[in-house]
Amino acid sequence: MDLNTVWFILIAALFAGYFFLEGFDYGVGILLPFLGKDEEERGMIIATIGPHWDANEVWLITAGGAMFAAFPSWYATMFSGFYLALLLMLVALILRGIAIEFRNKDIRPKWRSTWDWLIFVGSLVPPLLWGVAMGNLLLGTPINADMTYIGDFWNLLNPYALICGLAFLVIFTLHGAAFLSLKLEEPILDRAFTAARRIWPAALIVGFLAFGVGYFVTDMYERLGVNPGLVPISAGAAMLAAGWFIRKKQGGWAFVMSGICITFSAITFFVGLFPRLMVSNLSPEWSLTIHNASSSPYTLKVMTIITAIFLPLVLLYQGWSYYVFRARVTRESKLEY
Amino acid sequence: MDPVTLARLQFTITCVYHFFFVPLTLGLSILIALMETMYVRTGNELYKRMTKFWGKLFLINFAMGVVTGIVMEFQFGMNWSEYSRFVGDIFGAPLAIEALLAFFLESTFIGLWIFGWDRLSPRMHAATIWMVAIGSNLSALWILVANSFMQEPVGFAIENGRAVMTDFFALLSNPHLWVQFPHVIASGLTTAAFFLLGISAYHLFYKKSHSEIFQRSFKWGAIAGVIGICLVGLGGHSQAQYMVEAQPMKMAAGEALWQTDDPADLSLVTIIDEDQQRNVFDIRIPRALSLLAYNRFDGEVKGIKDIQGEYEVLYGPGNYIPPVTISYWSFRAMVGVGSLMLLLAFYALFLVLTDRLPKAGRFLRWMPYAIALPIIGTSTGWIFTEVARQPWIVFGIMRTEDGVSPNVSVGMLLTSLIVYTLLYGVLIVVDVYLLAKYAKDDAVINEILVDTVA
Repeated sequence: MDLNTVWFILIAALFAGYFFLEGFDYGVGILLPFLGKDEEERGMIIATIGPHWDANEVWLITAGGAMFAAFPSWYATMFSGFYLALLLMLVALILRGIAIEFRNKDIRPKWRSTWDWLIFVGSLVPPLLWGVAMGNLLLGTPINADMTYIGDFWNLLNPYALICGLAFLVIFTLHGAAFLSLKLEEPILDRAFTAARRIWPAALIVGFLAFGVGYFVTDMYERLGVNPGLVPISAGAAMLAAGWFIRKKQGGWAFVMSGICITFSAITFFVGLFPRLMVSNLSPEWSLTIHNASSSPYTLKVMTIITAIFLPLVLLYQGWSYYVFRARVTRESKLEY
Repeated sequence: MDPVTLARLQFTITCVYHFFFVPLTLGLSILIALMETMYVRTGNELYKRMTKFWGKLFLINFAMGVVTGIVMEFQFGMNWSEYSRFVGDIFGAPLAIEALLAFFLESTFIGLWIFGWDRLSPRMHAATIWMVAIGSNLSALWILVANSFMQEPVGFAIENGRAVMTDFFALLSNPHLWVQFPHVIASGLTTAAFFLLGISAYHLFYKKSHSEIFQRSFKWGAIAGVIGICLVGLGGHSQAQYMVEAQPMKMAAGEALWQTDDPADLSLVTIIDEDQQRNVFDIRIPRALSLLAYNRFDGEVKGIKDIQGEYEVLYGPGNYIPPVTISYWSFRAMVGVGSLMLLLAFYALFLVLTDRLPKAGRFLRWMPYAIALPIIGTSTGWIFTEVARQPWIVFGIMRTEDGVSPNVSVGMLLTSLIVYTLLYGVLIVVDVYLLAKYAKDDAVINEILVDTVA
């Protein structure tokens, strides 16, 4: 396996990790105004992701950095091409991050409710935009022979990409509800299960729709044939299973299943993309691939060695931090923020 | 209103703004880690109260640093796509490593620090803030690896019209990195020191409560301030001496030295006429520039015009002169502010060691304003080093104007520029409001500290 492929897989893994981890952060933020009926409850809901959200977001930063390091032309074309979409996303991330940290720094109710509203908006926008982005990578966008994106913002808001955006949004919200069912107690716990029960059909429908439409609108059908393979099938099966576990009020398994659905869906995108990075709908020769957009073999080698040493370390201490905060958040927990 | 100017303006605004918050994070994380370590070792509750008080302010600032940083990572791709394509092979790696090594470390452990007081042993908990300090200072290293490549490209070759990395260790051993990094780390420490000094001074002057905390914090600020500013000065001096040889155009612009001179005189005040390429008003100290550059009272310092001539031979026809007025005044401002901080830090330490602090009313009253000095220093320092690097985005290899994204229109640029400026404008007001509140408000402070005693 050449290093270009290794890095394709690594970046796919980083994005899958980002969607899995920030997926429930965004989901929690979206559910905040609905599941938290008073100030104390909303504080508890935020406290479930309080210790984790920042490190979860670093998965995105690392994915972007890895894109830059391993496939600089992909980083350049995508980030300059999806300019306004990324600008919107950055604004959302800035507002959400500040809102989480500042929300309880003042006792006035208007202060806290304003920041909570910004958490909601800042959690809703990124999933939408990431779904749109992933859909467009696979569907194809106007990229010319110089690897320059020559479309505009509205190009990106085509029906398929929008369905993908919606799918990300709904599935992340479900994922957030499952997470909350693991981290909270009554009465929010029950509300989380109710929310999950209500969201699940929508998640199922939009998820299958996104995949189904995508299969024929992109060139997935041409490349994979009738059998899409184990990965998307597992993603679909996991979503079905999630619904069953939600019904049985087994939050842990529901969370695992929504997690599998998200990560396997992300992997599906990348499997469909491989060995391309961005499809050009102007000419297949102008698509970015892992070979024409990559860094030199030397750089890939250096990065591989460094990653092999440090990524396991990151997983270790980030995993440990989840272990430290494994207990459910209660009214008595010290919500030291 | 051309794309290059707008893109540069946006990068300046977002980068300087990001660096309003970073140095305080760099230095204060270390000081708080030391405070908490003192608490763990001595069991003295005073140190725990200090940790909690300064920690609260630290967190407000930390959040601003984090969110403004995300913008930076994306901005290279968004606004400088051709630059990213051209040097990504080399430039992308340190950024990715920064995320993998440093950002993960500081972000994971800050969460453990904020929420883990009751879940971790005191020693483990202290270790978490050390990880944050290491993580943030390590991130400074890696971004400076990247910036140093821009200033002085090493370890690369040009292949197929792109720059490719040929030697990773050359990147890490870039001499520019090792005159720049200590200077930046020291500036972080100094920023934190003046933060401690200024806020402690406010309390010592205006309030009576918690005087123990602020006496001790003032002392820490004074010691850290003296150490910090000395290291800043030494680091800066060695960096400038290095750059006389390595980046002569930058140093010439910083001195508004149009003509080569031997011995060279140090400018005190110069009014520059850039269009005419001359100075209309010039007060200089004879021989002092040679002294600073070479530790001797003689020695040739190249002038802007001569270097321009050399570069035309080396790189072909073109204008290789950076904006001299901005370079000159930002350099002056940085050194001026640094000199003032040197005086203030030493005086603060003098007051502490001679027990004169309670009577130093006027000094205490004005010291809070000195919190702004390091911020002015670091901002003007970065403006100097990046503006005086022009017209290059990678010195000698790529011009800034060739690096912009070709498909980002003036309309899109104006949109992002206005959005960032407005958003950042609102956030800085909120940030300063919160910092002032948590620094000064008795009720708020009592709540933080009462929690600690429990």
